[in-house]
Amino acid sequence: MTAVATTPHFKENVHDALTDARLQGALVHARNFTGRRAAAAARLPEFEALRDSARAIKDHTLAHLDLYLEAYELKVTESGGHVHYAEDAEAARTIILDLCRGLGARSVTKGKSMISEEIGLNQALEAAGIEAVETDLGEYIIQLRGETPSHIIAPAIHVSKRDVEQDFRKAHRDLPPDRDLSEPEQLLAEARAVLRAKFLAADVGITGANFLVAETGTSVIVTNEGNGDLTQILPRAHIVIASIEKVVPTLEDAAQLLRVLARSATGQDASVYTTFSTGPRRPDDPDGPAEYHVVILDNGRSSMLGGAFEDMLRCIRCGACMNHCPVYQAVGGHAYGWVYPGPMGAVLTPSLIGVAEGGQLPNASTFCGRCEEVCPVRIPLPNMMRHWREREFERALSPATVRAGLGLWAFFARRPTLYRFATDLVARALHLAGRGKGRFASIPLAGGWTRYRDLAAPERTTFQSQWRAKSGAVK
Amino acid sequence: MHAIASEREDRRRPPRVGLFVTCLVDIMRPTVGFAAVKLLEDAGCKVVVPAQTCCGQPAFNSGDRATAAALARQAIEAFEDCDYVVAPSGSCGGMLIRHYPELFAGEPEMATKAERFAGKTHELVSFLTDVLGVERVTARFDGTVAYHDSCAGLRELGVKAQPRRLLASVEGLSLVELDEAETCCGFGGLFAAKYGELSNAIVSRKADDIRKTPVGTVLAGDLGCLLNIAGKLQREGSPVRARHVAEVLAGMADGPAIGEPQKEARR
Repeated sequence: MTAVATTPHFKENVHDALTDARLQGALVHARNFTGRRAAAAARLPEFEALRDSARAIKDHTLAHLDLYLEAYELKVTESGGHVHYAEDAEAARTIILDLCRGLGARSVTKGKSMISEEIGLNQALEAAGIEAVETDLGEYIIQLRGETPSHIIAPAIHVSKRDVEQDFRKAHRDLPPDRDLSEPEQLLAEARAVLRAKFLAADVGITGANFLVAETGTSVIVTNEGNGDLTQILPRAHIVIASIEKVVPTLEDAAQLLRVLARSATGQDASVYTTFSTGPRRPDDPDGPAEYHVVILDNGRSSMLGGAFEDMLRCIRCGACMNHCPVYQAVGGHAYGWVYPGPMGAVLTPSLIGVAEGGQLPNASTFCGRCEEVCPVRIPLPNMMRHWREREFERALSPATVRAGLGLWAFFARRPTLYRFATDLVARALHLAGRGKGRFASIPLAGGWTRYRDLAAPERTTFQSQWRAKSGAVK
Repeated sequence: MHAIASEREDRRRPPRVGLFVTCLVDIMRPTVGFAAVKLLEDAGCKVVVPAQTCCGQPAFNSGDRATAAALARQAIEAFEDCDYVVAPSGSCGGMLIRHYPELFAGEPEMATKAERFAGKTHELVSFLTDVLGVERVTARFDGTVAYHDSCAGLRELGVKAQPRRLLASVEGLSLVELDEAETCCGFGGLFAAKYGELSNAIVSRKADDIRKTPVGTVLAGDLGCLLNIAGKLQREGSPVRARHVAEVLAGMADGPAIGEPQKEARR
């Protein structure tokens, strides 16, 4: 089953996140991404032009997605691999479980994949008696903790070094209890040693894909740890799980997108490992899997094509939008309540699980626009969040109190004369009430504001009434 | 010949500027409106204030496109006879300039009008510098200030260097930069009330950033952000004041700052 959404409880999640001192301490580090991205963009004079080109590549591909998927499938098949199409999460799980069972797999290693999270693959594998081991360090940590990623490229960004130490001591019981794990290098060395055995024992390796190249039938992954390479090369079979919009026409296109991906994500010029995989092991290859499968997931994405949310399918999952988002920076990823957090999650989640379930997310934005400013493929994220609000308004899903308040305000705003008298009355009354201090510490019906902040009192009467009095006197 | 003559005449005639007051300035802080009038008149404009209400942004951002379009139509008509429309706000300015044209996709005639309206509409400070060529103001303000970049002005309208350039010409004023001047203050219109706890977390960070600097006053180009920042600073007992940048540029910053007690004598 797909991950259960707590998105409808967004406000409660926010409260929990804001009152979690450990989480708040860890979130400070998440802000480091913004400076690194800015420096990387500044180092590359053609960065803005590359963003335009990245956008154009994705737009072109989405406009001809059927053709490129077919071309990709043909090339994969020619290279000895197999392509499987999955309409939804359940179909994808079934395909992967059948493949694993067919191979007699008892152990699976996994590279980092958000699609795997979207379809709840680990739970499905475990339920079928197959051990699933996450090999990306961040994913490995949250797997030990029984959590989900809180960031699409830094899944354990909410976890502190001390937490990791405790998790490792709990999980790696066969190691000496008095070992020193105070330094990040020691934690890394321990994870590396534990995972090495898992890599060698695995029957199947499952990875995601950053790009699927139609021209060659190649899947591309980027990692900073090299775990993806060991995951896909050592076992007997390599299964790639990716969604339909990951396809790009050519290697040249993939290279262009790679140039904006790492810079936008971590501020690196390129990720440490960029790995191209085409088909199973060939007779003269020194290594590689005997079988190569690609599972291509739709799960609602094809219905976004040609509609108001098609631009969202340009997303290359760099995480820049969440790194720069004041809401994400305040609460982290788990508060969003489903697989994809931050601004991209606020647009994508209602598309994939429905606006009735995911509608809180596109509302919880100040529309500050910083996400769009840094998006490498220029997705108009605030506009699309507003589209969701329009859908909600049309279907009367927005809260009744908000609708009633807006209706009353609109009644006055559409009648300038009445508005002028009414606002002047309000300004005078509030001015008189708040004159002593110049502000209010609490106001009925404005508790959302005054619980946390004072509210200034109006200066006196409205500008418009003062202006009319003044210009009347001049005449 | 005719065209040249009328162009000359145009050059002599001061531009007719319609002030889009914005509802927050209209109701909460008319001083900002009068400061805007002074700055525009000092720069040689004829300022008019057509009867007006709200730009419609609360409706637009709440998904109520029909109300937003009705209010847009109303504003476009109200300012029909103005050469320029100027708003002391990047947020309302962004609505008038960037979003009005989006509201009339299926109505070519209104869409054209909205485009024309957007073309003559400007945020106050950038209008002074970029359109009128104002390079300095005649004003004095003794104190250290920081300028917070309000999001819509910064990202929708490119307002960044303009207020700093004019502030540099204010006698007695020294400007320091906040750590994250471009990070949102957490106002976001109705967001501040609908997601109060979240908005508070964001503005608390802004208040922390302000406290780290030696400023006595924080300035911005949007009253919404300023009410949020001032309200937070005051709740925390901070002595830092908040004012709209126009008040300082117009030399009208001698009255009470935002949320400060009114002086009885001022009536």
